[in-house]
Amino acid sequence: MINIILAVLSTLGALAILFASIGILRMPDFYLRLSVTVKASSLGVGLLLICAAIMFPGDASVTTKAIAIIFFLIITAPIAAHMIGRTAYFIGTPLWKGTVVDELDGMYNKETHELQSDPRQAVDKSTSPLDDQIADTEDETK
Amino acid sequence: MIKNFLMNLLLSFLWVALTGSLSYSGFAFGFILGFFVLWIMNKNEEEQRYFYRVPKIFSFVFYFLYQMIKANIEVAYDVITPKYFFRPGVVRYPLSARSDFEINALSTLISLTPGTLILDVSEDKKALYIHAMYLKSPEQFVKQLKEGMEKRLLEIIR
Repeated sequence: MINIILAVLSTLGALAILFASIGILRMPDFYLRLSVTVKASSLGVGLLLICAAIMFPGDASVTTKAIAIIFFLIITAPIAAHMIGRTAYFIGTPLWKGTVVDELDGMYNKETHELQSDPRQAVDKSTSPLDDQIADTEDETK
Repeated sequence: MIKNFLMNLLLSFLWVALTGSLSYSGFAFGFILGFFVLWIMNKNEEEQRYFYRVPKIFSFVFYFLYQMIKANIEVAYDVITPKYFFRPGVVRYPLSARSDFEINALSTLISLTPGTLILDVSEDKKALYIHAMYLKSPEQFVKQLKEGMEKRLLEIIR
């Protein structure tokens, strides 16, 4: 019985990591790559660690370590993704050409790095209509 | 609130000590037992909140796991099939959460569900900017998040 659970969980974990790595290759722009990778890999690693905890049922130290690793992974992974994504947007990495809406456009004050929350205070976009970050061609995001 | 939680913890440690085996399943059983003992013994009306909050926390954990697995399958399907189904976009999300801890918890949870990525929090802590992968319309996305994740989270924290 335990063997079946172990097999199912570890297969799912390995598949999640596999899909994340295929996602890096296939996604069209940087933000989609980031958002596919971080979550799927944390789910995959989490499932594999749960497997390790189930594998040694009598040993409380293994379970404790597995729980601690999952806890710190859950805390740190989103922060890393947030910092990378923010920096990427700030230095002007283009969004995919199929992007529907970009409400962050013009909200940054490029000198002070301050971010407005009110759309009415945004920088006037009419002066430079072509200056948005949504890519016009497929090649720009490569 | 915190007094009840510490009592509950103490009761579960007592259970572990009395049964003589230190294991997670024993601890969890002791915790559940202690929870019901405290609930029956509790006479103070003001202290009732703890007993509604603990089941809510557990239901939130399962709700979150369900959302995470659902979104993972969606993204995985999109990755392995040749056609792209997604409509990405950056959405402005007005926050109801006020304190730093609430915003931190909410953005961590939103970031952990696949397909959504926090890009930044505005300077005055009133809005989040979220990069979403499947966007039918921005209003619908914001409404869904507000009534699902944020409402449940704030019920627990506040």
